[in-house]
Amino acid sequence: MAKVEAEVGKRPEGVLGGLVKWIDDRFPMTETLEYHVTKYYAAKSFNWWYVFGVLAFVVLAIQLITGIFLTMNYKPSAEEAFASVEYIMRDVEWGWLIRYLHSTGASFFFIVVYLHMFRAMLYGSYKKPRELIWLIGMLIFFVLMAEAFAGYLLPWGQMSYWGAQVIISLFGAIPVVGDGIVEFIRGDYSISDITLNRFFALHVIALPLALIALVFVHIVALHEVGSNNPDGIEIKKRKGPDGVPLDGIAFHPYHTSKDLVAILIFLMIFSAVVFFAPEMGGYFLEHANFEPANLRATPEHIAPVWYFTPFYAILRAVPDKLWGFILFGLSVVLPVFLPWLDRSRVRSIRYRGWMYKSALTVFVITFLTLGWLGVQPAEGVYVLLARIFTVLYFAFFLLMPYYTKIDKTKPVPERVVYHG
Amino acid sequence: MAKFKLIAPLAVALLLFGATQSFAAGGAALEHADIEPGNVASLQRGARNFMNYCSGCHSAQYVRFSTIGEDLELSDEQLSENLMFNAEKSFETINVSMPGAAAERWFGVAPPDLSLIGRAKGADYIYSFLKGFYIQDESPTGVDNTVLAGTSMPHVLWELQGYQQAVFTEHTEDGVTSQHFEGFETLTEGSLDAEAYDDFVRDTVNFLVYIAEPIRSERRTLGVWVLIYLIFFWIIAVMLKKQIWKDVK
Repeated sequence: MAKVEAEVGKRPEGVLGGLVKWIDDRFPMTETLEYHVTKYYAAKSFNWWYVFGVLAFVVLAIQLITGIFLTMNYKPSAEEAFASVEYIMRDVEWGWLIRYLHSTGASFFFIVVYLHMFRAMLYGSYKKPRELIWLIGMLIFFVLMAEAFAGYLLPWGQMSYWGAQVIISLFGAIPVVGDGIVEFIRGDYSISDITLNRFFALHVIALPLALIALVFVHIVALHEVGSNNPDGIEIKKRKGPDGVPLDGIAFHPYHTSKDLVAILIFLMIFSAVVFFAPEMGGYFLEHANFEPANLRATPEHIAPVWYFTPFYAILRAVPDKLWGFILFGLSVVLPVFLPWLDRSRVRSIRYRGWMYKSALTVFVITFLTLGWLGVQPAEGVYVLLARIFTVLYFAFFLLMPYYTKIDKTKPVPERVVYHG
Repeated sequence: MAKFKLIAPLAVALLLFGATQSFAAGGAALEHADIEPGNVASLQRGARNFMNYCSGCHSAQYVRFSTIGEDLELSDEQLSENLMFNAEKSFETINVSMPGAAAERWFGVAPPDLSLIGRAKGADYIYSFLKGFYIQDESPTGVDNTVLAGTSMPHVLWELQGYQQAVFTEHTEDGVTSQHFEGFETLTEGSLDAEAYDDFVRDTVNFLVYIAEPIRSERRTLGVWVLIYLIFFWIIAVMLKKQIWKDVK
């Protein structure tokens, strides 16, 4: 171990070494690199749940790069938008690949981020002292939702148009100022060229900037307190004589080499979708979106893209428009409070009792079922199911202070559990 | 590793589920089109059918003749002799001579562009639609359709299929009477027998699905190579990881 580390940490000699020193005298390059990469120590016991942060970073890179090339050929105007997407798909060299990478990337961003958030719930990563990392992460999630929503309008297909119509008009449920807010968002009395233009501006400039800034702050905050691990132990409490945590290994080359394996597996699944099922049976690219936006014809079923459907199902489960909107908003915002709702003495699910384990299991089933209900028509037994699972969704959060407190916990070991 | 082993099959299952999902449709149950996307002869026949029977009213404004030529193994001469009725150069797209405003006045709605109909509606929908016209005296076009009730499209292919009658049975449940489609009865024979007409429609649908995404077969071929490359890279990455982690105890 020491050998590899010495190799990585070594400063280059000769001309290159001189250059590095020249820069280091003017900018903390080596220091930053060491702090965040070569001498950032994280537990050696990371399991595969710990790869989704890096994967989210990979998807962000994919989205930014493909986004730049799409912007070069896309026309943000109601007259030309739909045709310009088809132009990209048919006439631009490799345009189809860039577009599929971007559209598939949008869905995978949410898959990866949801799993990343679930990891935090498994191992109590949001608990003290990592509350701020969680808060910044939730902010990233909100910006991501806005980014995805704005992006979905851009192809100007039927579902782009009517999906945006439905979601924006939700704000109309707010008393007194509702209609004003709706008009303010659209910039018009209906969704129009003006709406498309501003959504384009938000999608390619404002929100990506916010996203990058927040991701940066997310990582800075993480590296300040250090990563959690599957046992929920502070590895910094036990350090060797060299000041390195006994259970920690450097991010580079150890975790990076492991992440590379995960990234490649991820890219295989990602490519399988891009090349063999880019529509994903109508879930990643909805069929109705291959028809240009038509103000006079509503599609048969208006369903948001799959990653919004759990929250959409909650919205539709409530018979009252205003309360539906309130519960919808709450369901999105509630996870923000997890660090304070969770009163358990231990972090990791490994040492929690049956109550949290069952609650989390029910929550996962609830979230998936709500997601499925969100794409079903709101009628008959679906409505009843949506109501039951809405109650379960809120119960998970609102009863958490109670069941996490009385839940029996197991003793947490001194050192991380690692089997090599 | 154990946790990951759970995720991989899940992802694969999700993928398969996504790939095999067929469209939900309103109205009559859809017949399976059973098209062969790799059959160039079928696609060529479909192109011929489309240009002869559809393109008078329907454009395919994103589709270039040159793309069709390349993919369907047709030379520029073959294109201009057989397919390009109102186009001069092969880089032109399939446009329609009929003015849109007039078309809207004649039919009540302008005939939609068909570039993407294969992706918007799916093969089974178009197949069943083109086979679903039946005599309906009250309709201005004299026909209605089992797939898209009240369609303003006339039965363009009547000479080939002939005319058929739809047989409905009435069901009354809880005081609500609903009509249930039972099947078709031939009224007049067309120039093609039932099987030949099915093939005609199948070829046409095949072509429509092809023009909806001309790159489809190429992306699949490329996808195989990309996956082979990634698997190769992955093996090396696993070896690298093992080497680096050798002394992590």
